Amino acid sequence: MNDTAAHAFKPLGRVGMATRAAQDIPEGWYVNLGIGIPTLIADHVPLDREVVFHSENGILGMGPAPPAHQENPWLINASTQRVTLRPGGSYVHHADSFGIVRGGHLDLCVLGAFQVAENGDLANWARSAHEAGPQIGGAMDLAVGAQRVWVVMEHATKDGHARLLKHCTYPLTARRCVTRVYTSMAVIDVTPKGFVVLDIIPGLTFDELQARTEAVLHRA
Amino acid sequence: MIDKFVRSMEEAMHGIKDGSTVLIAGFGDVGTPNALLDGLIEQGAGGLTIVANAGGRARNPDQPTRGLARLIELGRVRKLICSFVRAQSVAGEAFRAGKMEVEVVPQGTLAERIRAAGAGVPAFFTPTGADTLIAEGKEVREYDGRSCILERALPGDVALVEAWMADRWGNLVYRDSSRNFNPIMAMAGKLTIVQTHHVADLGQISAGDVTTPGIFVDRVLHVAAGDPKMPG
Repeated sequence: MNDTAAHAFKPLGRVGMATRAAQDIPEGWYVNLGIGIPTLIADHVPLDREVVFHSENGILGMGPAPPAHQENPWLINASTQRVTLRPGGSYVHHADSFGIVRGGHLDLCVLGAFQVAENGDLANWARSAHEAGPQIGGAMDLAVGAQRVWVVMEHATKDGHARLLKHCTYPLTARRCVTRVYTSMAVIDVTPKGFVVLDIIPGLTFDELQARTEAVLHRA
Repeated sequence: MIDKFVRSMEEAMHGIKDGSTVLIAGFGDVGTPNALLDGLIEQGAGGLTIVANAGGRARNPDQPTRGLARLIELGRVRKLICSFVRAQSVAGEAFRAGKMEVEVVPQGTLAERIRAAGAGVPAFFTPTGADTLIAEGKEVREYDGRSCILERALPGDVALVEAWMADRWGNLVYRDSSRNFNPIMAMAGKLTIVQTHHVADLGQISAGDVTTPGIFVDRVLHVAAGDPKMPG
């Protein structure tokens, strides 16, 4: 690959990706954030913008991590980290919590992923059908149930393999569910004609982005 | 006079048979009936099918295994039904060694299967898991243009529950995020056994605050278990 551009751009890191996605979440949305990079998004939505965060273990209105020595051991999020509850927050049991998810009540969920296909197929729970420790968690419910599914992930694997594909090669989480992808290099919508690039990081051209992507990219 | 309080762990665990399906509530260490799990380990029933959110934390060589991991380590669990298994956990080891069957279920489907059991719904269709590995062998129907799979209710012979406060009728309240699987497992267990941090007089819990009414509860044991442990 002719990679003279390699020094001219800097891919977004975990916080950079989370910050970028946080910009696009409007006031009033009910949002679930998946484990990993998506969890960081909550810290980058301004507190004066009222976004209601849901956690699978039965919390609506989840707030940020507590200050040191003020932790409540009875209040954890789906990643089992100690969190807080914002005024107006509430608790529900697990079936109601997933009723919120499966009943289509969430405006958005943001998930990590291994792969996303150009038709919106998502693979984020296993790298093979014979995983040593199969970990579905709530991903299949969230992918199917939320009004919008955004994915936040590195644009390619550490070995340089593309993650935005014509077809997922890992076991699917759900079909045709992803609506937008925030990668370390671009913001990309999933549309009926495939991947449409909305935004590219400074210093990287469309063609250079395409060279790092297996699926065909379209200009907005 | 109705009094669902039992005076000893032995009394709480009485009659749990080999081969039972046991629902274990909790998420992380929060809302997890750890004392009752110790009681089940002591009681001795084996060949169990366990239903729980997860298969337990990664093995920590500096700490003795406890709870569900200990039950698995002792070879007492024939099958584990849960939403995920960590590769480095006791459950992951038992699964790979072929010592224990594992059925991995999407967490929302798991919760709904339990809720359905408690509500007398034998099965339901859901789009969660359609066109994935977990759909294999399941009936598929299309509703409103979406592919859906048939999931069966998941009742328990026994449910182990942790409450913050209970009265002698078995009315329960939960603290903060410890609610999680507790109310639905209490409904889905034929024999629902509760450990409670606090004991209330009858009528002391405001009727509107009762989260699990006593009709779903069979036995209550007072255990001042202390705060949940920090994860990891």
